[in-house]
Amino acid sequence: MYRYDHYDQAMVDSRVEEFRDQTRRRLEGKLSEDQFKPLRLQNGLYLQLHAYMLRVAIPYGTLSGAQMHALADIAGKYDRGYGHFTTRQNIQYNWIKLEEAPDLLADLARVEMHAIQTSGNCIRNISSDQYAGAIADEIIDPRPYAELLRQWSSFHPEFLALPRKFKIAVIASQTDRAAMKLHDIGIRMVRNDAGEIGAAFYVGGGMGRTPMIAPCIREFVPVDQLITYSEACLRVYNRYGRRDNKYKARIKILVHELGREEYTRQVEEEFAHLLTQGIEPPLAELERIATFFADPPFETGLADDVDRSDPGFALWLDRNTLPHKQPGYAIAVISLKPVGGIPGDASVEQMHLMADLATRYSFDECRVTHAQNIVLPHVRKADLFAIWQQLEAAGLGAANLDTVEDIIACPGLDYCSLANARSIPVAQKISRRFADTGKTAELGELKLKISGCINACGHHHAGHIGILGVDRKGTENYQLLLGGSEGDDTSLGKITGPGFDEDGIVDAVERATDVYLARRQEGERFLDTYRRVGIDAFKEAIYG
Amino acid sequence: MKILTGNDLKSGAVTWWTGYDWSIHVEDAVDVGDEADAIAAREEGARRVNAPYAIDAERDANGGVRPAHIKDRIRALGPTVRPDLTLKPADPEAGNWVI
Repeated sequence: MYRYDHYDQAMVDSRVEEFRDQTRRRLEGKLSEDQFKPLRLQNGLYLQLHAYMLRVAIPYGTLSGAQMHALADIAGKYDRGYGHFTTRQNIQYNWIKLEEAPDLLADLARVEMHAIQTSGNCIRNISSDQYAGAIADEIIDPRPYAELLRQWSSFHPEFLALPRKFKIAVIASQTDRAAMKLHDIGIRMVRNDAGEIGAAFYVGGGMGRTPMIAPCIREFVPVDQLITYSEACLRVYNRYGRRDNKYKARIKILVHELGREEYTRQVEEEFAHLLTQGIEPPLAELERIATFFADPPFETGLADDVDRSDPGFALWLDRNTLPHKQPGYAIAVISLKPVGGIPGDASVEQMHLMADLATRYSFDECRVTHAQNIVLPHVRKADLFAIWQQLEAAGLGAANLDTVEDIIACPGLDYCSLANARSIPVAQKISRRFADTGKTAELGELKLKISGCINACGHHHAGHIGILGVDRKGTENYQLLLGGSEGDDTSLGKITGPGFDEDGIVDAVERATDVYLARRQEGERFLDTYRRVGIDAFKEAIYG
Repeated sequence: MKILTGNDLKSGAVTWWTGYDWSIHVEDAVDVGDEADAIAAREEGARRVNAPYAIDAERDANGGVRPAHIKDRIRALGPTVRPDLTLKPADPEAGNWVI
């Protein structure tokens, strides 16, 4: 994985000291909150419902064992013993003290991490496929390109005051595991007929109050023009994106209002100009970065056989592991969704364990997924049983990847000052309901996503079943959506009708799944059946 | 009644105006009437509170103070999904007060 050079480290270290000085001046009264707020937000420090909240960037979700240990130590030293992994492959701490924040950032910097550009109207953390470098279906590892984009976008002086925040995802497979088309820019690394690597650009996607699926504006950008084309996309947005209305300020609105063709024309015009400016970093830099992502020293000749005699292990094996590109290895996913638990939360002890497992069994590497789970990307199959035993003992052995229990949920009104309703209690009740009724296995793949407000941090638009919490005259109310997807077949869910209270939404979800069980055909997932039979059959069952 | 709330500048903890100081317990909050803006400006200027604002609340039969909106009741208690991290970790019924 990528390691900081002295420039990276110097930038992060100097930023820590700058923020230490800013914090001191705020505490001494030399800066007002109005003056200080944009400074703390540039360093990822929000003021949330109960305290300051710090969002730490995890570039493309990749962590070393030492970094995961450091995140655990921070949770114990500065927070209340846990952290929350987010839908953008980051981690958030909910109980940070302002006076301690500079020391926390210094601890992060010691393991080559920071919280820069995790807030504000700038280019945020670059996300990617959590199985990058391990899965067989990718044409190339997308992370060197994500890292190049990270370096380009960090402190980019032209793009630190965009009309609105800006999110980029990079993948390199036909299978989209990063919700790429629901980003401001989604990049899919592709190979053309000549065998050359390039990038397909999808621009203007997003969730929030106006969800849109990004159209492809260029099917092939040569890899030695990747940054230049990205710069052109951003320049047009920065120039014409709306600044008069924050609800219409995202690039998706600009692309929609201009139309794909006109936006593309302007990007191409800007691109042609930028090509004359020589802004693209030399290919040697990309090649330097790529060396950090070379395959680890896989053993060869390993057996693929695994002893499945323990039924609990066999279930976990079936649900939570994926084929690896290297014979004898597997990708193992640690579910942070225990039945009745808080999606994405991990305790200090659990984080230390995951760090140890990464170091011992996965070439010192783990990944955060946008579904709020943790991946051990390179595990010998012979080690899977030992890993599962340790996970089980730590409450991390839930065998429920991509099932109705594997719920994405934002922090909701329990933590977030923007939320209108709580998300986590709904997730807890739904996972308990399906675990109790034993339907989880029968339902198979079913992606359920919950947001506590229209900002859609819980990706409710993209859930096979989505739930949106709203405030109805001071009372929590939950709308049900069906038919969303964030994969290759990206689609946006449709609201079924009037909302429900907390218990009512759990019943409504179960009734929707009962329609699926009654009407599914051979091999159909919930989403497939929904698309075939349409929403009316579900509405009839849900509303009677 | 109108009560005044904000966050402690250093710790970020939720606080409530008691008439002469700030408390982490909403039960200590007093009716500020139409003085909210003046108190908020004075206290924020003295760095005793961060981002203060006034909210509607009512006094219940036991003399307690109950913010009108669920968001402020969650602020007053703590996250309903982590009773151990609320101000009343030993009270299993505390979450019901929020709802």
